[in-house]
Amino acid sequence: MSTFFSITIDETSHTMIFHLTKYLAIVICLIAWVSCRETSATHPTTTKLVITGSSTIAPLVSEIAKRFEAQHPDIRIDVQTGGSSRGIADIRRGLADIGMASRKLKEEERDLYGTVIAHDGIGLIVHRSNPLTSLDHDSIVRIYTGEITNWKAVNGIDAPITVVSKSEGRATLELFLQHFQLSSSQIKPQVVIGDNEQGIKTVAGNPHAIAFVSIGTAEYDAAQDVPIKLLSFGTIPASLAEVQAGRFPLSRPLTLVTGTRPTGNVSRFIDFATSTDIHDLVKHHYFVPLNG
Amino acid sequence: MIWSNIITLSPSTGDRLLFLSLRSLAGLVGILVFGIFTFLIIEGFPAIRDVGLLAFVTDSSWHPTEYLYNVTPMVAATLLVSAGAVLLATPLGILLALFCQYYAPTNIARVYQHFIELLAGIPSVVYGLWGLVVLVPLIAKLHTPGSSLLAGMLILTVMILPIVTLVSQSALQQVPKDLTQNAVALGLTRWSIIRHIILPTAKPGILAGVILQTGRALGETMAVLMVCGNVVQYPSSVFDPIRTLTANIALDMAYATGTHRASLFFMGLLLLLIVLGLVMMAQHSSRHHAYR
Repeated sequence: MSTFFSITIDETSHTMIFHLTKYLAIVICLIAWVSCRETSATHPTTTKLVITGSSTIAPLVSEIAKRFEAQHPDIRIDVQTGGSSRGIADIRRGLADIGMASRKLKEEERDLYGTVIAHDGIGLIVHRSNPLTSLDHDSIVRIYTGEITNWKAVNGIDAPITVVSKSEGRATLELFLQHFQLSSSQIKPQVVIGDNEQGIKTVAGNPHAIAFVSIGTAEYDAAQDVPIKLLSFGTIPASLAEVQAGRFPLSRPLTLVTGTRPTGNVSRFIDFATSTDIHDLVKHHYFVPLNG
Repeated sequence: MIWSNIITLSPSTGDRLLFLSLRSLAGLVGILVFGIFTFLIIEGFPAIRDVGLLAFVTDSSWHPTEYLYNVTPMVAATLLVSAGAVLLATPLGILLALFCQYYAPTNIARVYQHFIELLAGIPSVVYGLWGLVVLVPLIAKLHTPGSSLLAGMLILTVMILPIVTLVSQSALQQVPKDLTQNAVALGLTRWSIIRHIILPTAKPGILAGVILQTGRALGETMAVLMVCGNVVQYPSSVFDPIRTLTANIALDMAYATGTHRASLFFMGLLLLLIVLGLVMMAQHSSRHHAYR
């Protein structure tokens, strides 16, 4: 290796470096040419919509956007994730045309304009081998605050509970805490996860774990034979059907956020996203479509 | 020897060109590092201003939504998991390199080497996924919850092992032939040649590889995030879940706003300083060895 290298440099060092510079110049010219072509190729009348925010909504909005683009060839839509907080922050800073938030707008966000496009619920999941089928409000609180640490206490098997929670700042955690009137420091988790899929994989791999995740994602994975199951909340089964009927207490609206009442292309997109044309997409992503 | 032909009295245009471009590239790298530092300080400054440096050490825990910002458990976790991985991977890597270089038949060594190179090319998220669905449930059988310091150490060990091996191997290859030939002529056994001549000569190279890998272990994010459990605490045993600095940044960054976000940049700065300290320590120790 080293002999090969030094001989090359020795015999042709001058020409090699000369060629190297030449090639470099050619490459730079090529790059410049390609980038020029790309800018000129973009049609001058094309407008771009930037949508950022919740990773829960993003896959759905991406597909809605694809369908919308097919109908409106003059509009290009760029969907970026980063969480509900980013969606709100980007709208505030004017970095995005539409923000995505997988929750209701808060009191301090009253100045913004939100449009609900679908609903989602949060359900508790356990491993499929866990004999438990439901948990009531009180037991959930006591499990998550570390007061109950064995499944035996809630009529389960004699095994320690692995409590899985979400990292701070996530909309799912906020909704969970809000519903159970808890603060995040009261929760005593053994595992902290990022997104829903990680939670589902953690529970699937641990027969004694419990986690709260998006019901849509959990139903989808359970249907794909991932060994998890959703626990009923008291007497109410955790299912999209219950969320749709408005009976499930832990549900949340998936919201598109704009700074002001939407106008122009933004309004056209939001109208499309709330129309019946995209109900098949909403169902495909295991969310609950608006009115029916 | 060949080099002396090139470095004649007056350097050629090619040499000057090469020298100039190398110099400017080096300068560019320097500016880049400086830029990263400045960026982290600017972005992290609000956290230092609002929280105060002392609070990062004295707060009761890490709950940014409740304005508690203690980062020391995460610093400890980062150091522990990396140290564990390096301690496991270094002897293994050196043994593997010795095996391939001096003991294995050529064919087997070649196959082995390809395997190790392949191992080095696997993306970290794949290791993480494997850890989450295979390693963590295995550890959970020993001790719940499975996601733990131990899982992180083992995953990191597998991840850094290939490069430790490859770098050690190249360090072994660079040991001058005449040294070993003289030793053979003196009738020394293979093991004593390795132990008393090859290893001491290759030591700086091996050390460089180990330090390179410590840097990687400290900075590894995805795999660690998936297997470590991410609970912010000081572990009392290897079975306890931990959260590293990198995992914390990855978990929270997309969802953090305001001071919480700034505190993540502060943690990034902290990580950079830790790596910098490590590199400086390594340079110091290698210089020390060189003089001996």
